[in-house]
Amino acid sequence: MNDFTTWDIVRNLLLAARWTIVLSLVSFMGGGIVAGILLFLRIGSSRAGRIFVQGYVELFQGTPLLMQLFLAFFGLGLFGVNVPAWLAAGLALILWSAAFLTEIWRGCVESIVRGQWEASSSLGMGYVQQMRHVILPQALRIAVPPTVGFSVQVVKGTALTSIIGFVELSKAGTIVTNATFQPFTVYGLVALIYFCLCWPLSKSSQILERKLNVAHRNH
Amino acid sequence: MSLIEITEVKKRFGSNEVLKGINLDVDPGEVIAIIGKSGSGKSTLLRCINGLETIDEGSISVAGAQLLPDELHLKALRLKVGMIFQQFNLFPHLTAGRNVMLSQMVVKKTPAADAEAMARKMLERVGLAQKFDAYPDQLSGGQQQRVAIARALAMQPIALLCDEITSALDPELVNEVLAVVKELASEGMTLLMVTHEMRFARDVCSRVVFMHQGRVHEIGPPEAVFSSPQTPELQQFLGVL
Ligand SMILES: Nc1ncnc2c1ncn2[C@@H]1O[C@H](COP(=O)(O)OP(=O)(O)OP(=O)(O)O)[C@@H](O)[C@H]1O
Ligand SMILES: [Mg+2]
Repeated sequence: MNDFTTWDIVRNLLLAARWTIVLSLVSFMGGGIVAGILLFLRIGSSRAGRIFVQGYVELFQGTPLLMQLFLAFFGLGLFGVNVPAWLAAGLALILWSAAFLTEIWRGCVESIVRGQWEASSSLGMGYVQQMRHVILPQALRIAVPPTVGFSVQVVKGTALTSIIGFVELSKAGTIVTNATFQPFTVYGLVALIYFCLCWPLSKSSQILERKLNVAHRNH
Repeated sequence: MSLIEITEVKKRFGSNEVLKGINLDVDPGEVIAIIGKSGSGKSTLLRCINGLETIDEGSISVAGAQLLPDELHLKALRLKVGMIFQQFNLFPHLTAGRNVMLSQMVVKKTPAADAEAMARKMLERVGLAQKFDAYPDQLSGGQQQRVAIARALAMQPIALLCDEITSALDPELVNEVLAVVKELASEGMTLLMVTHEMRFARDVCSRVVFMHQGRVHEIGPPEAVFSSPQTPELQQFLGVL
Protein backbone atom coordinates (compact mmCIF):
# COMPACT_ATOMS: atom_id res chain seq x y z
CA MET A 1 0.00 0.00 0.00
CA ASN A 2 2.63 2.43 1.02
CA ASP A 3 4.56 2.32 -2.18
CA PHE A 4 3.13 5.84 -2.71
CA THR A 5 5.79 8.41 -2.00
CA THR A 6 4.85 11.98 -1.22
CA TRP A 7 6.19 12.88 -4.62
CA ASP A 8 3.74 10.43 -6.23
CA ILE A 9 0.90 12.11 -4.41
CA VAL A 10 2.03 15.57 -5.39
CA ARG A 11 2.60 14.55 -8.98
CA ASN A 12 -0.91 13.09 -9.30
CA LEU A 13 -2.49 16.11 -7.71
CA LEU A 14 -0.57 18.51 -9.93
CA LEU A 15 -1.60 16.59 -13.01
CA ALA A 16 -5.23 16.90 -11.95
CA ALA A 17 -4.74 20.57 -11.09
CA ARG A 18 -4.21 21.18 -14.80
CA TRP A 19 -7.87 20.37 -15.29
CA THR A 20 -8.88 22.73 -12.53
CA ILE A 21 -6.94 25.45 -14.33
CA VAL A 22 -8.37 24.60 -17.74
CA LEU A 23 -11.91 24.47 -16.42
CA SER A 24 -11.42 27.76 -14.56
CA LEU A 25 -10.08 29.49 -17.65
CA VAL A 26 -12.82 28.14 -19.89
CA SER A 27 -15.53 29.09 -17.39
CA PHE A 28 -14.14 32.53 -16.74
CA MET A 29 -13.53 33.44 -20.36
CA GLY A 30 -16.69 31.80 -21.66
CA GLY A 31 -18.62 33.45 -18.85
CA GLY A 32 -17.02 36.77 -19.73
CA ILE A 33 -18.09 36.53 -23.36
CA VAL A 34 -21.65 35.57 -22.45
CA ALA A 35 -21.72 38.32 -19.83
CA GLY A 36 -20.57 40.88 -22.41
CA ILE A 37 -23.56 40.03 -24.58
CA LEU A 38 -25.95 39.96 -21.62
CA LEU A 39 -24.59 43.32 -20.45
CA PHE A 40 -25.50 45.03 -23.71
CA LEU A 41 -29.00 43.58 -23.49
CA ARG A 42 -29.26 44.59 -19.83
CA ILE A 43 -28.39 48.26 -20.37
CA GLY A 44 -29.82 48.48 -23.89
CA SER A 45 -33.12 50.02 -24.87
CA SER A 46 -35.12 46.83 -25.42
CA ARG A 47 -37.44 46.15 -22.49
CA ALA A 48 -37.74 42.45 -23.30
CA GLY A 49 -33.94 42.13 -23.31
CA ARG A 50 -33.61 43.81 -19.94
CA ILE A 51 -36.27 41.62 -18.35
CA PHE A 52 -34.78 38.46 -19.81
CA VAL A 53 -31.30 39.24 -18.48
CA GLN A 54 -32.62 40.27 -15.10
CA GLY A 55 -34.50 36.96 -14.84
CA TYR A 56 -31.43 35.04 -15.95
CA VAL A 57 -29.21 36.70 -13.38
CA GLU A 58 -31.71 36.19 -10.56
CA LEU A 59 -32.14 32.53 -11.47
CA PHE A 60 -28.43 31.76 -11.41
CA GLN A 61 -27.67 33.89 -8.37
CA GLY A 62 -30.65 32.49 -6.49
CA THR A 63 -29.81 28.77 -6.79
CA PRO A 64 -26.74 26.87 -5.58
CA LEU A 65 -24.08 26.17 -8.18
CA LEU A 66 -24.28 22.51 -7.15
CA MET A 67 -27.92 22.32 -8.27
CA GLN A 68 -27.02 23.95 -11.57
CA LEU A 69 -24.34 21.31 -12.07
CA PHE A 70 -26.78 18.49 -11.25
CA LEU A 71 -29.37 19.94 -13.62
CA ALA A 72 -26.87 20.28 -16.43
CA PHE A 73 -25.55 16.77 -15.87
CA PHE A 74 -28.69 14.76 -15.09
CA GLY A 75 -31.26 17.12 -16.61
CA LEU A 76 -29.88 16.89 -20.11
CA GLY A 77 -29.60 13.15 -19.60
CA LEU A 78 -33.38 13.00 -19.21
CA PHE A 79 -33.75 14.14 -22.80
CA GLY A 80 -31.64 11.22 -23.91
CA VAL A 81 -28.60 13.43 -24.38
CA ASN A 82 -25.61 11.73 -22.86
CA VAL A 83 -23.55 14.57 -21.47
CA PRO A 84 -19.99 13.87 -20.46
CA ALA A 85 -19.03 15.32 -17.08
CA TRP A 86 -16.60 17.84 -18.57
CA LEU A 87 -19.28 19.28 -20.83
CA ALA A 88 -21.87 19.61 -18.07
CA ALA A 89 -19.25 21.12 -15.78
CA GLY A 90 -18.06 23.63 -18.37
CA LEU A 91 -21.57 24.60 -19.43
CA ALA A 92 -22.89 25.11 -15.90
CA LEU A 93 -19.84 27.11 -14.81
CA ILE A 94 -19.93 29.33 -17.89
CA LEU A 95 -23.59 30.18 -17.38
CA TRP A 96 -23.05 30.68 -13.65
CA SER A 97 -20.02 32.97 -14.16
CA ALA A 98 -21.89 34.93 -16.82
CA ALA A 99 -24.67 35.75 -14.36
CA PHE A 100 -22.29 37.13 -11.76
CA LEU A 101 -20.07 39.00 -14.22
CA THR A 102 -23.09 40.62 -15.88
CA GLU A 103 -24.19 41.93 -12.52
CA ILE A 104 -20.71 43.16 -11.56
CA TRP A 105 -20.24 44.96 -14.87
CA ARG A 106 -23.73 46.43 -14.91
CA GLY A 107 -22.98 48.03 -11.57
CA CYS A 108 -19.76 49.49 -12.98
CA VAL A 109 -21.43 50.97 -16.07
CA GLU A 110 -24.27 52.41 -14.02
CA SER A 111 -21.87 53.97 -11.56
CA ILE A 112 -20.73 56.33 -14.32
CA VAL A 113 -22.69 59.46 -13.55
CA ARG A 114 -25.37 60.78 -15.90
CA GLY A 115 -23.35 63.93 -16.52
CA GLN A 116 -20.83 61.91 -18.54
CA TRP A 117 -23.59 60.79 -20.90
CA GLU A 118 -24.98 64.31 -21.14
CA ALA A 119 -21.64 66.00 -21.74
CA SER A 120 -20.70 63.55 -24.47
CA SER A 121 -24.18 63.86 -26.03
CA SER A 122 -23.92 67.62 -26.05
CA LEU A 123 -20.63 67.31 -27.93
CA GLY A 124 -22.41 65.38 -30.66
CA MET A 125 -21.33 61.82 -29.87
CA GLY A 126 -23.65 58.92 -30.64
CA TYR A 127 -24.39 55.96 -28.36
CA VAL A 128 -21.60 53.73 -29.65
CA GLN A 129 -19.04 56.55 -29.54
CA GLN A 130 -20.06 57.45 -25.99
CA MET A 131 -19.77 53.84 -24.91
CA ARG A 132 -16.42 53.34 -26.55
CA HIS A 133 -14.66 56.58 -25.64
CA VAL A 134 -16.33 57.80 -22.47
CA ILE A 135 -18.34 55.20 -20.56
CA LEU A 136 -16.51 51.89 -21.04
CA PRO A 137 -12.97 53.21 -20.39
CA GLN A 138 -14.16 54.48 -17.03
CA ALA A 139 -16.35 51.45 -16.28
CA LEU A 140 -13.56 49.02 -17.19
CA ARG A 141 -11.18 50.65 -14.79
CA ILE A 142 -13.71 50.26 -12.00
CA ALA A 143 -14.53 46.72 -13.11
CA VAL A 144 -11.02 45.26 -13.07
CA PRO A 145 -10.63 44.62 -9.32
CA PRO A 146 -14.04 42.97 -8.72
CA THR A 147 -13.68 40.95 -11.93
CA VAL A 148 -10.28 39.61 -10.93
CA GLY A 149 -11.68 39.02 -7.45
CA PHE A 150 -14.54 37.01 -8.92
CA SER A 151 -12.10 34.75 -10.76
CA VAL A 152 -11.21 33.35 -7.32
CA GLN A 153 -14.83 32.26 -6.90
CA VAL A 154 -14.64 30.50 -10.26
CA VAL A 155 -11.52 28.54 -9.27
CA LYS A 156 -13.17 27.44 -6.05
CA GLY A 157 -16.41 26.74 -7.88
CA THR A 158 -14.69 24.16 -10.06
CA ALA A 159 -14.21 21.98 -6.95
CA LEU A 160 -17.94 21.25 -7.01
CA THR A 161 -17.67 19.57 -10.38
CA SER A 162 -15.95 16.63 -8.68
CA ILE A 163 -19.42 15.58 -7.53
CA ILE A 164 -20.60 14.88 -11.05
CA GLY A 165 -17.42 12.93 -11.68
CA PHE A 166 -15.17 15.43 -13.43
CA VAL A 167 -11.60 14.61 -12.42
CA GLU A 168 -10.05 17.87 -11.36
CA LEU A 169 -8.03 18.67 -8.25
CA SER A 170 -10.66 17.81 -5.60
CA LYS A 171 -11.75 14.61 -7.28
CA ALA A 172 -8.10 13.58 -7.68
CA GLY A 173 -7.66 14.23 -3.96
CA THR A 174 -10.45 11.75 -3.19
CA ILE A 175 -9.04 9.17 -5.57
CA VAL A 176 -5.52 9.47 -4.20
CA THR A 177 -6.82 9.31 -0.61
CA ASN A 178 -8.65 6.07 -1.41
CA ALA A 179 -5.40 4.61 -2.67
CA THR A 180 -3.04 5.91 0.02
CA PHE A 181 -5.21 6.20 3.16
CA GLN A 182 -3.46 9.47 3.99
CA PRO A 183 -6.41 11.88 3.90
CA PHE A 184 -4.77 14.59 5.96
CA THR A 185 -1.63 14.78 3.83
CA VAL A 186 -3.54 14.56 0.59
CA TYR A 187 -6.24 17.13 1.37
CA GLY A 188 -3.63 19.35 2.97
CA LEU A 189 -1.74 19.32 -0.32
CA VAL A 190 -4.99 19.86 -2.27
CA ALA A 191 -5.77 22.91 -0.15
CA LEU A 192 -2.24 24.20 -0.65
CA ILE A 193 -2.53 23.95 -4.42
CA TYR A 194 -5.89 25.80 -4.36
CA PHE A 195 -4.28 28.45 -2.24
CA CYS A 196 -1.42 28.82 -4.69
CA LEU A 197 -3.95 29.34 -7.47
CA CYS A 198 -6.28 31.71 -5.63
CA TRP A 199 -4.01 33.82 -3.48
CA PRO A 200 -2.19 35.56 -6.35
CA LEU A 201 -5.56 36.38 -7.86
CA SER A 202 -7.09 37.93 -4.77
CA LYS A 203 -3.85 39.71 -3.99
CA SER A 204 -3.62 41.21 -7.44
CA SER A 205 -7.26 42.28 -7.20
CA GLN A 206 -6.36 44.21 -4.04
CA ILE A 207 -3.27 45.75 -5.59
CA LEU A 208 -5.15 46.74 -8.73
CA GLU A 209 -7.85 48.35 -6.65
CA ARG A 210 -5.34 50.43 -4.75
CA LYS A 211 -3.43 51.38 -7.91
CA LEU A 212 -6.49 52.41 -9.85
CA ASN A 213 -7.74 54.47 -6.92
CA VAL A 214 -4.47 56.30 -6.60
CA ALA A 215 -4.30 57.00 -10.31
CA HIS A 216 -7.52 59.01 -10.15
CA ARG A 217 -8.04 60.08 -6.63
CA ASN A 218 -11.25 62.03 -6.87
CA HIS A 219 -13.24 59.92 -9.26
CA MET B 1 -33.23 86.51 -38.93
CA SER B 2 -32.95 85.10 -35.42
CA LEU B 3 -30.31 82.53 -34.65
CA ILE B 4 -32.39 80.57 -32.18
CA GLU B 5 -36.17 80.56 -32.50
CA ILE B 6 -38.17 79.04 -29.71
CA THR B 7 -41.88 78.93 -30.45
CA GLU B 8 -44.67 77.83 -28.09
CA VAL B 9 -42.48 75.14 -26.55
CA LYS B 10 -44.14 72.87 -24.03
CA LYS B 11 -42.51 70.16 -21.95
CA ARG B 12 -44.13 67.76 -19.50
CA PHE B 13 -42.61 65.29 -17.07
CA GLY B 14 -45.53 62.93 -16.54
CA SER B 15 -48.39 65.18 -15.45
CA ASN B 16 -46.05 67.98 -14.39
CA GLU B 17 -45.99 70.63 -17.12
CA VAL B 18 -42.63 72.30 -16.67
CA LEU B 19 -42.58 74.53 -19.77
CA LYS B 20 -45.97 75.99 -20.60
CA GLY B 21 -45.45 77.64 -23.96
CA ILE B 22 -42.09 79.38 -24.21
CA ASN B 23 -41.45 81.96 -26.93
CA LEU B 24 -38.00 83.40 -27.32
CA ASP B 25 -35.98 84.57 -30.30
CA VAL B 26 -32.26 85.08 -29.94
CA ASP B 27 -30.28 87.14 -32.42
CA PRO B 28 -26.69 86.35 -33.38
CA GLY B 29 -24.26 87.78 -30.86
CA GLU B 30 -26.88 88.31 -28.19
CA VAL B 31 -26.04 87.42 -24.60
CA ILE B 32 -29.15 86.34 -22.74
CA ALA B 33 -29.37 85.78 -19.00
CA ILE B 34 -32.13 83.51 -17.76
CA ILE B 35 -33.12 84.10 -14.17
CA GLY B 36 -35.91 82.75 -12.01
CA LYS B 37 -36.77 80.72 -8.95
CA SER B 38 -35.68 77.14 -8.49
CA GLY B 39 -38.02 74.84 -10.38
CA SER B 40 -39.20 77.50 -12.82
CA GLY B 41 -37.88 75.46 -15.76
CA LYS B 42 -34.64 77.26 -16.62
CA SER B 43 -32.49 74.14 -16.92
CA THR B 44 -35.23 72.28 -18.73
CA LEU B 45 -35.41 75.04 -21.35
CA LEU B 46 -31.65 74.88 -22.03
CA ARG B 47 -31.74 71.08 -22.12
CA CYS B 48 -34.55 71.21 -24.67
CA ILE B 49 -32.57 73.56 -26.90
CA ASN B 50 -29.68 71.09 -26.84
CA GLY B 51 -31.94 68.10 -27.39
CA LEU B 52 -31.11 66.48 -24.05
CA GLU B 53 -34.88 66.57 -23.44
CA THR B 54 -37.46 66.12 -26.17
CA ILE B 55 -40.17 68.75 -26.37
CA ASP B 56 -43.85 67.79 -26.32
CA GLU B 57 -45.20 70.72 -28.34
CA GLY B 58 -43.94 73.73 -30.23
CA SER B 59 -40.73 74.07 -32.18
CA ILE B 60 -37.12 75.05 -31.75
CA SER B 61 -34.90 75.97 -34.65
CA VAL B 62 -31.25 76.88 -34.65
CA ALA B 63 -29.75 78.77 -37.60
CA GLY B 64 -32.80 77.91 -39.64
CA ALA B 65 -32.68 74.17 -38.99
CA GLN B 66 -35.53 72.55 -37.10
CA LEU B 67 -34.76 70.53 -33.97
CA LEU B 68 -35.95 66.98 -34.57
CA PRO B 69 -35.43 64.11 -32.15
CA ASP B 70 -33.63 61.67 -34.44
CA GLU B 71 -29.94 60.98 -34.08
CA LEU B 72 -28.88 62.69 -37.31
CA HIS B 73 -30.67 65.97 -36.65
CA LEU B 74 -29.59 65.95 -33.03
CA LYS B 75 -25.98 65.58 -34.00
CA ALA B 76 -26.24 68.40 -36.52
CA LEU B 77 -27.80 70.60 -33.87
CA ARG B 78 -25.19 69.77 -31.27
CA LEU B 79 -22.44 70.76 -33.65
CA LYS B 80 -23.98 74.23 -33.70
CA VAL B 81 -24.83 74.58 -30.02
CA GLY B 82 -22.44 73.77 -27.20
CA MET B 83 -23.43 73.26 -23.60
CA ILE B 84 -21.60 73.87 -20.32
CA PHE B 85 -22.87 72.27 -17.15
CA GLN B 86 -22.88 73.19 -13.49
CA GLN B 87 -20.86 70.07 -12.61
CA PHE B 88 -18.25 70.54 -15.41
CA ASN B 89 -18.62 66.90 -16.52
CA LEU B 90 -15.09 66.61 -17.80
CA PHE B 91 -14.04 63.09 -18.77
CA PRO B 92 -11.99 62.07 -15.72
CA HIS B 93 -9.93 59.43 -17.53
CA LEU B 94 -8.56 61.91 -20.07
CA THR B 95 -6.18 64.85 -19.69
CA ALA B 96 -7.45 68.37 -20.22
CA GLY B 97 -5.98 68.36 -23.72
CA ARG B 98 -7.54 64.99 -24.57
CA ASN B 99 -10.87 66.19 -23.22
CA VAL B 100 -10.79 68.99 -25.76
CA MET B 101 -9.53 66.73 -28.57
CA LEU B 102 -11.89 63.77 -28.17
CA SER B 103 -15.10 65.02 -29.71
CA GLN B 104 -13.29 66.75 -32.56
CA MET B 105 -11.72 63.44 -33.45
CA VAL B 106 -14.67 61.08 -33.03
CA VAL B 107 -17.49 63.38 -34.13
CA LYS B 108 -15.84 65.58 -36.74
CA LYS B 109 -13.13 63.06 -37.66
CA THR B 110 -10.49 65.76 -37.33
CA PRO B 111 -6.96 64.31 -37.64
CA ALA B 112 -5.18 64.06 -34.28
CA ALA B 113 -2.58 66.73 -35.11
CA ASP B 114 -5.22 69.29 -36.07
CA ALA B 115 -7.35 68.41 -33.06
CA GLU B 116 -4.36 68.90 -30.81
CA ALA B 117 -3.53 72.26 -32.36
CA MET B 118 -7.13 73.34 -31.85
CA ALA B 119 -7.10 72.03 -28.27
CA ARG B 120 -3.96 74.01 -27.46
CA LYS B 121 -5.48 77.12 -28.99
CA MET B 122 -8.72 76.76 -27.04
CA LEU B 123 -6.97 76.01 -23.75
CA GLU B 124 -4.86 79.10 -24.32
CA ARG B 125 -8.01 81.09 -24.94
CA VAL B 126 -9.35 80.16 -21.49
CA GLY B 127 -5.94 80.81 -19.93
CA LEU B 128 -4.93 77.18 -19.38
CA ALA B 129 -2.30 76.61 -22.06
CA GLN B 130 0.08 75.07 -19.51
CA LYS B 131 -2.51 72.53 -18.28
CA PHE B 132 -2.73 70.47 -21.45
CA ASP B 133 -1.44 67.32 -19.75
CA ALA B 134 -3.20 67.70 -16.41
CA TYR B 135 -5.98 65.34 -15.44
CA PRO B 136 -9.26 66.89 -14.30
CA ASP B 137 -8.70 65.88 -10.68
CA GLN B 138 -5.46 67.83 -10.68
CA LEU B 139 -7.32 71.04 -11.53
CA SER B 140 -9.35 73.40 -9.38
CA GLY B 141 -13.08 73.72 -10.00
CA GLY B 142 -12.58 76.98 -11.84
CA GLN B 143 -9.91 75.46 -14.06
CA GLN B 144 -12.09 72.43 -14.76
CA GLN B 145 -14.95 74.64 -15.80
CA ARG B 146 -12.65 76.58 -18.11
CA VAL B 147 -11.50 73.32 -19.70
CA ALA B 148 -15.16 72.45 -20.20
CA ILE B 149 -15.61 75.79 -21.99
CA ALA B 150 -12.56 75.10 -24.15
CA ARG B 151 -13.96 71.65 -24.95
CA ALA B 152 -17.23 73.15 -26.13
CA LEU B 153 -15.48 75.92 -28.09
CA ALA B 154 -13.29 73.42 -29.93
CA MET B 155 -16.40 72.19 -31.74
CA GLN B 156 -16.79 75.75 -33.07
CA PRO B 157 -20.41 76.20 -32.04
CA ILE B 158 -22.40 79.24 -33.08
CA ALA B 159 -24.02 79.47 -29.66
CA LEU B 160 -23.26 78.32 -26.12
CA LEU B 161 -25.72 77.27 -23.46
CA CYS B 162 -24.49 77.71 -19.89
CA ASP B 163 -26.45 76.25 -16.99
CA GLU B 164 -25.37 77.83 -13.71
CA ILE B 165 -21.76 77.28 -14.62
CA THR B 166 -20.41 79.04 -11.54
CA SER B 167 -22.80 77.61 -8.95
CA ALA B 168 -20.58 74.68 -8.00
CA LEU B 169 -17.51 76.88 -7.55
CA ASP B 170 -15.96 78.38 -4.46
CA PRO B 171 -16.61 82.13 -4.45
CA GLU B 172 -13.00 83.04 -5.16
CA LEU B 173 -13.06 80.92 -8.35
CA VAL B 174 -16.24 82.40 -9.81
CA ASN B 175 -14.58 85.42 -11.37
CA GLU B 176 -12.00 83.55 -13.43
CA VAL B 177 -14.83 81.67 -15.17
CA LEU B 178 -17.00 84.74 -15.60
CA ALA B 179 -14.04 86.59 -17.10
CA VAL B 180 -13.78 83.92 -19.79
CA VAL B 181 -17.50 84.17 -20.50
CA LYS B 182 -17.27 87.95 -20.69
CA GLU B 183 -14.42 87.63 -23.16
CA LEU B 184 -16.52 85.30 -25.31
CA ALA B 185 -19.41 87.73 -25.20
CA SER B 186 -17.22 90.58 -26.34
CA GLU B 187 -15.98 88.45 -29.23
CA GLY B 188 -19.57 88.13 -30.41
CA MET B 189 -20.45 84.60 -29.25
CA THR B 190 -24.16 84.03 -28.81
CA LEU B 191 -24.78 83.00 -25.21
CA LEU B 192 -27.79 81.75 -23.29
CA MET B 193 -26.95 81.49 -19.65
CA VAL B 194 -28.89 80.52 -16.60
CA THR B 195 -27.27 82.45 -13.80
CA HIS B 196 -27.59 83.76 -10.28
CA GLU B 197 -24.86 86.33 -10.84
CA MET B 198 -27.10 89.39 -11.12
CA ARG B 199 -24.24 91.83 -11.35
CA PHE B 200 -22.75 89.88 -14.23
CA ALA B 201 -26.13 89.71 -15.96
CA ARG B 202 -26.48 93.47 -15.61
CA ASP B 203 -22.98 94.20 -16.93
CA VAL B 204 -22.67 91.76 -19.79
CA CYS B 205 -26.08 90.67 -21.04
CA SER B 206 -28.08 92.23 -23.82
CA ARG B 207 -31.38 90.88 -22.49
CA VAL B 208 -32.61 89.27 -19.31
CA VAL B 209 -35.35 86.64 -19.28
CA PHE B 210 -37.25 86.12 -16.05
CA MET B 211 -38.89 82.71 -15.96
CA HIS B 212 -41.76 81.94 -13.64
CA GLN B 213 -43.75 78.71 -13.47
CA GLY B 214 -42.73 77.52 -16.90
CA ARG B 215 -43.32 80.80 -18.73
CA VAL B 216 -41.25 83.77 -19.82
CA HIS B 217 -42.73 86.12 -17.29
CA GLU B 218 -40.77 89.23 -18.11
CA ILE B 219 -38.09 90.02 -20.65
CA GLY B 220 -36.08 93.09 -21.52
CA PRO B 221 -32.73 94.83 -21.39
CA PRO B 222 -31.02 94.48 -18.01
CA GLU B 223 -31.58 98.10 -16.95
CA ALA B 224 -35.33 97.76 -17.43
CA VAL B 225 -35.63 94.33 -15.84
CA PHE B 226 -33.49 95.13 -12.82
CA SER B 227 -34.42 98.77 -12.27
CA SER B 228 -38.10 98.79 -13.02
CA PRO B 229 -39.52 95.27 -12.81
CA GLN B 230 -43.14 95.30 -13.96
CA THR B 231 -44.64 92.21 -12.38
CA PRO B 232 -44.99 91.50 -8.64
CA GLU B 233 -43.31 88.10 -9.14
CA LEU B 234 -40.15 89.65 -10.55
CA GLN B 235 -40.20 92.38 -7.91
CA GLN B 236 -40.40 89.69 -5.26
CA PHE B 237 -37.66 87.65 -6.92
CA LEU B 238 -35.35 90.64 -7.01
CA GLY B 239 -36.21 91.41 -3.41
CA VAL B 240 -37.40 94.92 -4.09
CA LEU B 241 -40.97 94.43 -2.88
N1 LIG C 1 -35.91 64.44 -15.57
C1 LIG C 1 -36.94 64.96 -14.88
N2 LIG C 1 -37.98 64.18 -14.51
C2 LIG C 1 -39.03 64.69 -13.83
N3 LIG C 1 -39.13 65.97 -13.46
C3 LIG C 1 -38.14 66.81 -13.78
C4 LIG C 1 -36.99 66.34 -14.51
N4 LIG C 1 -36.15 67.39 -14.70
C5 LIG C 1 -36.76 68.44 -14.12
N5 LIG C 1 -37.95 68.12 -13.57
C6 LIG C 1 -38.87 69.03 -12.89
O1 LIG C 1 -39.05 70.14 -13.71
C7 LIG C 1 -39.17 71.33 -12.93
C8 LIG C 1 -38.21 72.37 -13.45
O2 LIG C 1 -36.89 71.89 -13.30
P1 LIG C 1 -35.64 72.71 -13.79
O3 LIG C 1 -34.45 71.89 -13.44
O4 LIG C 1 -35.83 73.11 -15.20
O5 LIG C 1 -35.71 73.99 -12.86
P2 LIG C 1 -34.65 75.15 -12.72
O6 LIG C 1 -35.38 76.41 -13.02
O7 LIG C 1 -33.45 74.85 -13.49
O8 LIG C 1 -34.33 75.09 -11.16
P3 LIG C 1 -32.94 75.27 -10.41
O9 LIG C 1 -32.74 76.74 -10.23
O10 LIG C 1 -33.17 74.59 -9.09
O11 LIG C 1 -31.88 74.62 -11.22
C9 LIG C 1 -38.92 70.91 -11.49
O12 LIG C 1 -40.16 70.83 -10.84
C10 LIG C 1 -38.29 69.56 -11.60
O13 LIG C 1 -38.68 68.76 -10.51
MG1 LIG D 1 -31.42 74.27 -13.00
